Amino acid sequence: MIEILDVDRCTECDICVRICPTNVFDAVEGGVPVIARHSDCQTCFQCEAYCPADAIFVAPSRIPLRPGSPMADGDALRAAGQLGLYRDRVGWRTTPGAAAVTAAAEPGAGVAADQPSASPTVSSTPPTPPTAPLPSSSVDYHRLVETLHRSTP
Amino acid sequence: MTTVRAPRAPRPVILTDSADLTDPLELLTDVLVIGGGPAATWSAIAAAEAGASVVLVDKGHCGSSGVAATSGVGHWLVAPEVARRDEEIGRRERAGAFLTDRTWTDATLDVAWDRTAELPGWGWERRGVRGANRLFGTGPADRAFNGPAPDYLRFLRGKVKKSGVVVLDHSPALELLVDAAGVVSGARGYQRQVGRAWAVGAGAVVLATGGTTWKSHSLGGDVNTGDGHLMGAEVGAHLSSMEFSNFYGMVPFGTSMDKNGFFVHASYWDHTGAPIEYADLHVSRAELLSASTQGTITAQFTQFTPDLWPQLRAAMPNFFMVTDKLGVNPFTERFPIDWVNEGTVRGTGGLHVLDRSGTVGVPGLYAAGDVAARDRIVGAATGAGGPNLSWAIASGTWSGTSAARFARGAGTAGHRHGLTPAALTRTGTIGLHRAGPGTDERAWRSVVAATQAELLPITKSAFRSAASLTSTLTVLDRAWAAAPETLTGRGATEIRTREAAGMLAMGRWASRAALARTESRGMHTRTDHPDQDPHQTHRLLTGGLDEVWVAVDPELPVTGPQPVPALTGATS
Repeated sequence: MIEILDVDRCTECDICVRICPTNVFDAVEGGVPVIARHSDCQTCFQCEAYCPADAIFVAPSRIPLRPGSPMADGDALRAAGQLGLYRDRVGWRTTPGAAAVTAAAEPGAGVAADQPSASPTVSSTPPTPPTAPLPSSSVDYHRLVETLHRSTP
Repeated sequence: MTTVRAPRAPRPVILTDSADLTDPLELLTDVLVIGGGPAATWSAIAAAEAGASVVLVDKGHCGSSGVAATSGVGHWLVAPEVARRDEEIGRRERAGAFLTDRTWTDATLDVAWDRTAELPGWGWERRGVRGANRLFGTGPADRAFNGPAPDYLRFLRGKVKKSGVVVLDHSPALELLVDAAGVVSGARGYQRQVGRAWAVGAGAVVLATGGTTWKSHSLGGDVNTGDGHLMGAEVGAHLSSMEFSNFYGMVPFGTSMDKNGFFVHASYWDHTGAPIEYADLHVSRAELLSASTQGTITAQFTQFTPDLWPQLRAAMPNFFMVTDKLGVNPFTERFPIDWVNEGTVRGTGGLHVLDRSGTVGVPGLYAAGDVAARDRIVGAATGAGGPNLSWAIASGTWSGTSAARFARGAGTAGHRHGLTPAALTRTGTIGLHRAGPGTDERAWRSVVAATQAELLPITKSAFRSAASLTSTLTVLDRAWAAAPETLTGRGATEIRTREAAGMLAMGRWASRAALARTESRGMHTRTDHPDQDPHQTHRLLTGGLDEVWVAVDPELPVTGPQPVPALTGATS
């Protein structure tokens, strides 16, 4: 689900508001859009692809993150070059832009136009995946996912 | 004789576009397309090419909404050579358990082949050689169409707009409108970002609203809630193969990333670490699903040598973006997976289309894409991306062309353009506003939750039995009976209550059809009928609202040239 809309990078173009299939955002007159309906987010990554400012990070979890998850830490994600990652991967990042300004020394950031990033490694340490032990049970699978994400490790 | 260029499509007429948002936006057009994915856009393009004025309404944003925009563009393209077609269609026939019709498959492949060849002339440029087409085993003469998914849909939006189509984004349709003779003549809906109602009077309507996944968070699929199916049924359309409605996609644990191209030949282990054997993951995932009910299973893409990894990563940018965020290397490590229900998107059921005009048998109404059944193409096994995308082009083109012809008067008594929405009759039943303030949020959320509790868990939906289906139908039928009280939203909330109604309706059709097919075939697994029954090598139709019926489709499968083998219960 979408977790980060970086207000410093945002240029208030409101493209995310227009293209979100499930109408998660509200535009704000003269301001940065707000995530108005987070629970409607379907984790489709379109906003992360469309944001021209690389201001958005969508966590891969299809349900809300547990409190304190590293995938909700905007500063760490930005430093790791994770904002706008999908935009880079579909080849829409046309300039090094904000990503290179804050992560200029990292290899792999600032990919040139129309060159799909073929490097198998992310430019720096990726966020830590959940470390709770994998549950083993006969409980229905969708409830299982909730249990995993909401339990304290 | 002079060669004449096709005239540019005329513009729809704007009847009302008031600054006062209590006035609905009102338009008149030849063709109204409901939806915004590949089928809807190809339909709009075809209608415009035929000289019709076109309005396209998308629940979200045309170009980013739906499962194709998020997932991929790998079309099933087979050169028009007899040997290649026989080989490819034969494979689908066997996987689809012989419920298919090869005349339809051939026709679909013809249209997809021809129309994709036009794309470079329209300005499409392939996004470099990804290499995936070679890996998916296409023949040497076959053309591949690759690229990142968002590019393709963004391109189609541009082509639609350049064709003169009026696009209304964030404008879900709520119900169809008919004239005094019962001919479908438009629709009404709500513009959720503007905050006003809309209504369109049209000569013909195309439903291209996608499949139904019951908001399982499959990639891009939460917008597909059965609205189009419900609207079609309310004017008398039928559905086909609704028992093939329970396909499950593998995802890295806890994610929405159900790109399955590399999963289908991966290695799997159960929660004890024992390897899981499987037959054909295009046909059935029962082996993996069954292991999942016991505990978390893991996967690894062991089928590829390391020299291929860079091009595989480039071929699926969305999948590897997710695994990179998770810190997982799917080639070198076992990673936990779970499931998202893909309903009738990777399932094959949907509105019954009578012939290759795209008609659903109701005057003025056509269907294209995943909202329609794709059982004639892929039968009881999943279509997944390739066949569904080719079907979207073919059915979109057929429906758009037919809708344009119907609207502009060929075959009817003159041009029907000109009926104002106010003169038309609404056809909706449940999920719509009646009177008063409308029901509150808890009411529709609880209906959605109850529906999801029956349709999403793999213990209920992947493994069916008469007992479980009957129990599910008791819950869903009760919810349906209570819907006039619980699902009557107003304004923007009417969108929510209508979605809830669509999901509920689809759940009832799927469960009744599943009850009627007393065998296991393809994705439909009956624990009380574990074998395939050669006497049920036919498709099932269903329909009805308060009273749901199921019947054998009198139109028989057309397969061959090999005779259908005597089936003893083994899946092909």
